[in-house]
Amino acid sequence: MAFEGLADRLQSTMQKIRGKGKVSEADVKEMMREVRLALLEADVNFKVVKEFVKKVSERAVGQEVMKSLTPGQQVIKVVKEELTELMGGEQSRIAVSNRPPTVIMMVGLQGAGKTTTTGKLANLLRKKYNRKPLLVAGDIYRPAAIKQLETLGKQLSMPVFSLGDKISPVEIARQALEKAKEDHHDYVLIDTAGRLHVDEKLMDELKDIKELAKPDEIFLVVDAMTGQDAVNVAQSFNEQLGVTGVVLTKLDGDTRGGAALSIRSVTNTPIKFVGLGEKLDALEAFHPERMASRILGMGDVMTLIEKAQANVDEEKAKELEKKMRTASFTLDDFLDQLGQVRQMGPLDELLKMMPGANKIKGMNNLQIDEKQISHVEAIIQSMTSDEKTHPEIINANRRKRIAKGSGTSIQEVNRLLKQFEDMKKMMKQMTGFQQKGKKKGFKLPFNPF
Amino acid sequence: MIVLSFFKKLKEKITHQTESVTDKFKDGLTKTRNSFSGRMNDLVARYRKVDEDFFEELEEILIQADVGFDTVMELIEELKMEVKRRNIKDSSEVKSVISEKLVEIYNGNEKEDSSLRYGKDGLTVILFVGVNGVGKTTTIGKLAHRFKSDGKSVMMAAGDTFRAGAIDQLEVWGERVGVPVIKQAEGSDPAAVMYDAIRAAKSRGADILLCDTAGRLQNKVNLMKELEKVKRVIEREVPGAPHEVLLVLDATTGQNALIQAKTFKEATDVSGIVLTKLDGTAKGGIVLAIRKELNIPVKYVGLGEKMDDLQQFDADRYVYGLFADAIEEEAE
Ligand SMILES: Nc1nc2c(ncn2[C@@H]2O[C@H](COP(=O)(O)OP(=O)(O)OP(=O)(O)O)[C@@H](O)[C@H]2O)c(=O)[nH]1
Ligand SMILES: Nc1nc2c(ncn2[C@@H]2O[C@H](COP(=O)(O)OP(=O)(O)OP(=O)(O)O)[C@@H](O)[C@H]2O)c(=O)[nH]1
Ligand SMILES: [Mg+2]
Ligand SMILES: [Mg+2]
Repeated sequence: MAFEGLADRLQSTMQKIRGKGKVSEADVKEMMREVRLALLEADVNFKVVKEFVKKVSERAVGQEVMKSLTPGQQVIKVVKEELTELMGGEQSRIAVSNRPPTVIMMVGLQGAGKTTTTGKLANLLRKKYNRKPLLVAGDIYRPAAIKQLETLGKQLSMPVFSLGDKISPVEIARQALEKAKEDHHDYVLIDTAGRLHVDEKLMDELKDIKELAKPDEIFLVVDAMTGQDAVNVAQSFNEQLGVTGVVLTKLDGDTRGGAALSIRSVTNTPIKFVGLGEKLDALEAFHPERMASRILGMGDVMTLIEKAQANVDEEKAKELEKKMRTASFTLDDFLDQLGQVRQMGPLDELLKMMPGANKIKGMNNLQIDEKQISHVEAIIQSMTSDEKTHPEIINANRRKRIAKGSGTSIQEVNRLLKQFEDMKKMMKQMTGFQQKGKKKGFKLPFNPF
Repeated sequence: MIVLSFFKKLKEKITHQTESVTDKFKDGLTKTRNSFSGRMNDLVARYRKVDEDFFEELEEILIQADVGFDTVMELIEELKMEVKRRNIKDSSEVKSVISEKLVEIYNGNEKEDSSLRYGKDGLTVILFVGVNGVGKTTTIGKLAHRFKSDGKSVMMAAGDTFRAGAIDQLEVWGERVGVPVIKQAEGSDPAAVMYDAIRAAKSRGADILLCDTAGRLQNKVNLMKELEKVKRVIEREVPGAPHEVLLVLDATTGQNALIQAKTFKEATDVSGIVLTKLDGTAKGGIVLAIRKELNIPVKYVGLGEKMDDLQQFDADRYVYGLFADAIEEEAE
């Protein structure tokens, strides 16, 4: 049920490779299978996935991945780069006509968020660009659609042009343009009714509005939760109307949003904005890189990897891995790890960036108590080196002494020793190559792959 | 595109391809069913052989319908196992096993009844929940119309006090189908609206109360809490209510619908699904995964924006519709 991100998915393959110490073409193939599944689970259209994977495989089988010491990271890097590139740069510019008013037309399926986004755009235009938009109620079909836009207009203290629901949307658009010129509005935002891309009659209506209003922008509004059908919808709207930009709504949810990739690859139209809430200020520029991370379900793992690379000593990491494998990991090493991890930044933030972290219950509200970590450090520092390498010798007396020396309690010392024991057990399992990186709780020895 | 060869292959596999047969396949979802199994047989019969290619194509059809990879793999495994288990060699027999199994995809062995649960005596309360823009309010309007045509006395509660124009929208539906709407001002507490509405429904002796709620994304903890509260008020005021909690899902939604179902079920104990917007090209295949993993049945499907565009869910017809389109596309 849980949707694993790409990083999680690659883990078991990586363990196998680590056992052999070499990456074969078959390994790459296996990794590509995981890439494919991660993208499918993120709702990227399966045809788009196939093409994408083919492209990435070519790069992967070449030097980049197979020669790499960290093939898992490398695959992620390649996939993410390709994804980011495919989704285009940041292009949140809105057209400006040299013969005002600039006309923007909102189109899309039912319930995608057109009317709300119309309000948000108007808000943005005024706030950021100091413009004076006119909202146009061009949806004469949906019950209370006009009322909805009027309410938004009231919230924004902006005028809404409406002729009720008995006049055709084309005529509404025509009169709205006249009105805009009269009242010196520099932008005209036309809300239209939601419609199916296969509804010929209603698609023709949009063409007629376009013909008349000659919009400078036609924004296709798409729900970020859309599945495989996103390609059909986007392609069809684009072919029939010539979309100039896409707005991806409801990204404040927990969908991966693979539709973004599908839409991009069939329309080649930039995704300009994302909707991040129901309120009128919840509109932001689209960031391809963040979107790529999101689709891959890896939090901001690149930042994490960068941080890790900057902070983790390569030599030490290798040594550590060996120790884990031979189960000679000591409390000293633990302390060392703790130090390295802490250098990377506030722990709770790091944890949030960790792949799979979003799956852990309560992760969002998690507060790592930095004080607790300091206690752990103090406890270990109060141990003799004998105790650190052979914690089993720590009896009741020693516990008392350690607690006192570290200014903590016996309970805390007990807890740490227990955790350490558990951790060692876990490491053994993890390095036993069977384990599919799915352990509950706090995985401290930080080791992306 | 590279992958389009799939369609070509499929086309080649279609052995007899006449106009009339293709026509028959066209209205998979909307037309009345004439022997689903028979048509399923036809479908399978179009493949010359049941081999790896066949299964691969089946896989792609299902994935394209948003069934979701894991569920698709499970289904395909099941199909393969069944063929093996019965030790079937003869290709025509293999085909009949497969069409049989496909019929079972949704139902499993027992056939689910998609009818609603009503209050034993007196008032039946139905609560509608779901994410933004899926079709909750519209579905309430359609159902109100349906119940009213069945001679029931119906009322509606305007529990979406948040979204601009939401109350007006429900009121328009109320006028359209001739059903009273109980409302409060925009911004008021939805639980209080429900309380009022139940009082009114009881005092007027209504048979059915349909409760609208604001759309909310399932990861918004506070909004989910609010919904729990709304449900608690209903529970408190009418023993046994809400008799149904219907989660409205948009058929265009992909894998996120599974998380929606899970989270809304945890919060409000969802008893059934309304799958809307099936009049488009999306199939809402994720309901198969939801059925398998969470055992929530689909009760109704939405097929348009008008008051008559609601049908009781029919598993056979639905599963058939998953495939019919792919075949139709090929035939063109
Ligand atoms: N959480 C969230 N909700 C959104 C966002 N954008 C729109 N919505 C909600 O989605 C629902 C539908 O939005 P509308 O603006 O009415 O959609 P529409 O495309 O105009 O719908 P039709 O006119 O019926 O086709 C409403 O409940 C909005 O509040 C967003 O970015 N995030
Ligand atoms: N084509 C089609 N459109 C539908 C169907 N059901 C609802 N709609 C349309 O989808 C849009 C959203 O429907 P609503 O009923 O407002 O959805 P909602 O879930 O109440 O939305 P919020 O209250 O904003 O969360 C409207 O334009 C409806 O006309 C359907 O079965 N088919
Ligand atoms: Mg609208
Ligand atoms: Mg509603």
